[in-house]
Amino acid sequence: MAQKVLDSLKAHHPAAIEHTESQHGDEIAWVKRDHLLAVATWLKTDPTMRFDAPVFCTCIDRLDWRPLGVPLSQAWTEDKPRFEVCYQLRSVTHRYRIRLKIAVLESDPSVPSLAGLWPAFNWQERETFDMYGIRFDGHPDLRRIYLYDEFVGYPLRKDYPKEKRQPLVRRDDLPMNPIKVAREHKPEHK
Amino acid sequence: MGVEITTTRLEDAAKWAKSTMVERTSNWGRKFSLFTYPFVTACCGMEFMSVAGPKYDIARFGAEVPRFSPRQSDLLMVVGTVTEKQGPAVKRVYDQMAEPKWVIAFGVCASTGGFYQNYHTMPGVDQVIPVDVYIPGCPPRPEQVLDALILLMDRVQSGRGHSQLRAKREQLIAAGQDEG
Amino acid sequence: MADSQTLKQLVLGRKDVQDLSDTEHDLPPDLMTVNMGPSHPAMHGTVRIVLTVDGERVVKSDVQPGYLHRCFEKESEYATYTQIFPYTDRLNYVSPMINNCGWAMVAEKLMGLTSSIPKRAEYIRVIVSEMSRITDHLTCIGASAMELGAFGPFLFFLKAREWMYELLEKVSGARLTHTYVRIGGVSKDLPDNFAADLTHTLDETAKVMVEVEQMLNGNKIFRDRMAGIGALTREDAIATGCVGPIARACGVDYDVRKDYPYSVYPEVEFDVPLGTTGDCLDRYLVRIEELKQSISILRQCLKQIPDGRILVDDPRCSLPPKKDTYNTIESMIRHFKHIVDGIKVPAGESYAFVEGGNGELGFFVVADGTGRPFKAYCRSPSFVHLSTAGQLIQDHLIADIVPIFGMINMIGGECDK
Repeated sequence: MAQKVLDSLKAHHPAAIEHTESQHGDEIAWVKRDHLLAVATWLKTDPTMRFDAPVFCTCIDRLDWRPLGVPLSQAWTEDKPRFEVCYQLRSVTHRYRIRLKIAVLESDPSVPSLAGLWPAFNWQERETFDMYGIRFDGHPDLRRIYLYDEFVGYPLRKDYPKEKRQPLVRRDDLPMNPIKVAREHKPEHK
Repeated sequence: MGVEITTTRLEDAAKWAKSTMVERTSNWGRKFSLFTYPFVTACCGMEFMSVAGPKYDIARFGAEVPRFSPRQSDLLMVVGTVTEKQGPAVKRVYDQMAEPKWVIAFGVCASTGGFYQNYHTMPGVDQVIPVDVYIPGCPPRPEQVLDALILLMDRVQSGRGHSQLRAKREQLIAAGQDEG
Repeated sequence: MADSQTLKQLVLGRKDVQDLSDTEHDLPPDLMTVNMGPSHPAMHGTVRIVLTVDGERVVKSDVQPGYLHRCFEKESEYATYTQIFPYTDRLNYVSPMINNCGWAMVAEKLMGLTSSIPKRAEYIRVIVSEMSRITDHLTCIGASAMELGAFGPFLFFLKAREWMYELLEKVSGARLTHTYVRIGGVSKDLPDNFAADLTHTLDETAKVMVEVEQMLNGNKIFRDRMAGIGALTREDAIATGCVGPIARACGVDYDVRKDYPYSVYPEVEFDVPLGTTGDCLDRYLVRIEELKQSISILRQCLKQIPDGRILVDDPRCSLPPKKDTYNTIESMIRHFKHIVDGIKVPAGESYAFVEGGNGELGFFVVADGTGRPFKAYCRSPSFVHLSTAGQLIQDHLIADIVPIFGMINMIGGECDK
């Protein structure tokens, strides 16, 4: 939609941008992790950019990514980064949209936090941490948001089984309509 | 030595849980004045609002007044999906209610988990509390809810709700212990 | 975490410690921690707020969502694109058709079908979306009014909502969770006599709205409880990602139907109401005005709807006609593959969004060429609005939490996905 946004971004921060692309009308820029805060601050404050409205923050887990109909070289292999953290931004005045993507390795899943620039990303980064385990450095209050603290693991990762429940309430000691009640039986829950 | 009370079916339990005139009258009063605690979580809440609304009036059956305190209510309607995070809250609300109390699992998510089979949805609220009447449907039509309410009222009248049977059983065990 | 000295300053009405009288200095009141939820009578779904209050005034709050997290994203990875429609219904369950349309839009965008959807199908989508928007606003305003003590408007709006549900049931087969839209169009055509029924219902709904406005707009109690409560500035609204009626009440002129038009919205005329102060009363007035605009859009669509197909004639995403399925082996295999393997969406990623009842509802899908998405993320406006709730209830009374929460219209299914 607005290729000039990507061109301007590449012109101002050539070292920070790995590459850019445009898919189905969306502009995508791959940003290096160390330069993320500088790029984001520039996108927010520069008068020609003015990306002041945050849209979403999420993460893609590329484990076993093997798309059909494209060459096998695009499939995921062990040496490629496993996670891609995506930030989508919108400009109210210029009506641009852009998606920033940061490639993150599994061994070091951390990304600088953008919650200081756009308050909406406070909760959305907590959600990404909760679901994928990406740590956001500089986040004021990084804790689980959807799941409870006793939950172990990060469920939206591809290696977490869908139906693996971790119940909070123990089920085996509840006196649910006991079928057989003899005199000697003493329910344990009392 | 002592009373051996075994039963394999809820209906057979009615044989030894014979009710007196006083019990029958008090059950009649209870069934027509159920105070509901609508534990509303999800989409079924919209159908609950419709059931309580002017067209499918639940007030005709005496169950008009929703009491938002477990101490003051006797029918816990679990409306909508119950998640694992919600489990302790449901159990706590149920424990805080005074006897006799009944539970309706409203909607298929509260009955069996519905089509949500994942790491956070409890497969039915009967994992943590005993349920008297299950209402399937996603969401159930208001007529289904009223049908379930009438079914529950029959159970209340005959003394076969879970908490009523529990009380009866404990009463008989205590009586048997005294005899023994 | 503020230290006790700062908290005491906050508690004692922002006076400096040296200005306190002796009694106040010797007997500082303690703060109390109160738990609100997760099951509370405000019928907005399940959210827990841990409040730290000084008497009735909120000093600190911790909003905890997640009690209805039904794992939409994880379930989507195991279901075909058509099987995900019921999951999207249950996201914003007061306006389900809009979620369906959003999901269909993102799949069509990935397949490149956006411009070949038949006109009649687009008009039907807009009609049912606006009907769902009407049910959303009726429920929101009705429930909020009831919590403030106005039981009458709740019942009147419920009566109007029943008429909408009956019509939607005639169209799709279900009162609440319709699963009506399909990739490439809609699943069934409109029933006979639909235009006359809808026109009659809209006339009756307009009469009900007049009654409720008379009851609420000039009502001193209602205005006192809503005006000036939970105000949000325009810059805060943009920075915190607020969209929909909440942002429009603050003066942010953003409506997806106008700014990034989709479907046939460019062909209907409607206004976007804007507020000024961003408090609860403005949000209520914006929603009432949007109801009137939706009624006007529906009347225009009924006049302009053309005849034609309701599903795009593309073998990649449409099922073959039944008589072919039962008589030819190729159609039977095609039908079988569509149902079992799903509609094959080519590899890529895309973000498509619609104007939901609460604002910009978007779906970010990563497709990998099979019939099941690799990742399906839902950008839910309720989640973003709930994150501002902690800021909005600061320094207000506990009683003010009720109108603030009501007017945010936090739908649990959408917030917790």
